[in-house]
Amino acid sequence: MPSRHPVICGIGLSDYPVVPHLNSVQHHALAARRAIADCGIAKSAIDGYVSTSGGGPGAGDDAVSMAEYLGVNHRYIDGTMVGGSSFEFHVQHAAAAIREGLCDTVLVTYGSDQLTRMGRVLGTGGFQRDAQPVTGAMQMATPYGLPLVGAYALAARRHMHEFGTTSEQLAEIAVGIREFAGLNPDARYRDPITVDDVVNSRMIADPLHKLDCCVITDGGGALVMTTEEIARDLRQPLIYVLGAAGTQTHWNIHQMPDFTEMGAAVCGPEAFAQAGVTPADIDTAQLYDSFTITVMLMLEGLGFCGRGEGGAFVEEGHLRRGGSMPTNTDGGGLSSNHPGMRGIFLLIEAVRQLRGDAGEAQVPDAELALACGSGGWLSAIATVILGKDRPS
Amino acid sequence: MRVVRDLEWQGPVPAGEGEYGDFFAAAAEGRLLIQQCPECGHRQHYPRAICTACGAEPEWMEAAGTGTVYTYTVVRQYGVPAFAELPYVLAMIDLPEGVRMFGGLTGIDPEAVEIGMPVAAYARTYDDTHAMVFWEPA
Repeated sequence: MPSRHPVICGIGLSDYPVVPHLNSVQHHALAARRAIADCGIAKSAIDGYVSTSGGGPGAGDDAVSMAEYLGVNHRYIDGTMVGGSSFEFHVQHAAAAIREGLCDTVLVTYGSDQLTRMGRVLGTGGFQRDAQPVTGAMQMATPYGLPLVGAYALAARRHMHEFGTTSEQLAEIAVGIREFAGLNPDARYRDPITVDDVVNSRMIADPLHKLDCCVITDGGGALVMTTEEIARDLRQPLIYVLGAAGTQTHWNIHQMPDFTEMGAAVCGPEAFAQAGVTPADIDTAQLYDSFTITVMLMLEGLGFCGRGEGGAFVEEGHLRRGGSMPTNTDGGGLSSNHPGMRGIFLLIEAVRQLRGDAGEAQVPDAELALACGSGGWLSAIATVILGKDRPS
Repeated sequence: MRVVRDLEWQGPVPAGEGEYGDFFAAAAEGRLLIQQCPECGHRQHYPRAICTACGAEPEWMEAAGTGTVYTYTVVRQYGVPAFAELPYVLAMIDLPEGVRMFGGLTGIDPEAVEIGMPVAAYARTYDDTHAMVFWEPA
């Protein structure tokens, strides 16, 4: 019987970081064109479509509009929207649909003209641009003036209190990722930085400095997923989806049950169990770095180190180029690109590494890669484990 | 809970739909409301039409209006005109009743805020009949 094991066979990036001539829909389309060309599949073979709006209200890039625009007559569609980690959830869903035979080949797309259309308001400009009444659970926080950065700062402060984590330890994360950005000609910021640079950068919301925060850019990405059987006839090496799991502990930051433990502690072990591997087996990790604290909580939750040990772990250099688990090898959200929802870039970089196509940032002999996305306010977390070898 | 009448509030305000409205109306009368489930005893905040633990219909319960700081941040950059007076402190407060509440923390030098410090709630009206809950050192 032909294998329906799900694989990622095609990847595509649109242009980033600053792309004033493309709107969100065009980012989706450019990334899709490149992903289709990357694997060489006939576009007519695509019978599943998964996406969510990157441009937001009015952008016209919701899943059904984009399916029409791209000309995908799908048998399977999913528009799951859980923030930046949406695409890790999408891989979980698409893998299940492919395995089950609901469809054979799924196109996943993302596009956003965040920087060009909105400027840099996302982090410190407020979701609430005027004095319109705030509805839903956000009315318990937004009226007090809670910026996005402030929400993550609440978690960082608590982590420091409970475990003695320092600003210098958080800064180490940004410094290592910037080193990788220096190898990526498209990255937003490429000049090397030091721990001192980070801790001396402007304080935005204590204890998070400017360089603890991700950049804001334009950009887009796409994946083509299909069965192992179909992928064998395509152009690229097969990258197997070995594990994919997600969870949600809260949505609004004020409902986070424990500000030093994210849902990675639930979906990480589940994904590892599916893949039959352990954290020590992972060769490279792509961790959603909206802020330095996001990475630290993820490292602990996924089990790369013990709870509260994230500070010491990053100081040992594991995430660095040449370390035991080079992390965010494209320069991450902290230095390369972050158009608002970065999850798809984690998956694309993981595939590049496993194909051996990561250029100067290539992790030697990378066989297993992990991508972990965080959506909302450390809220909806999903982990995907990819491998270059056929699962036994 | 002390009520400060402040009809000059320029910031965004809660819409107060559904159970939210009861919470903000009670605050304007000096009462800090949380919810307790009559079936399983679970307490929760923000207010909703279901107990998140067992699925029953929760009831209102008045909290003492005291708490301790669980975590906080000092906002030093924010592009929304209503919050031009920087810096200011935002905090998560642990209430002795067993729920956690988000709010502004005022009446203290931002550099002096510490996790674990005792605080007391007060209400600040944003229209004739509704108030937001803030916190200050106890």
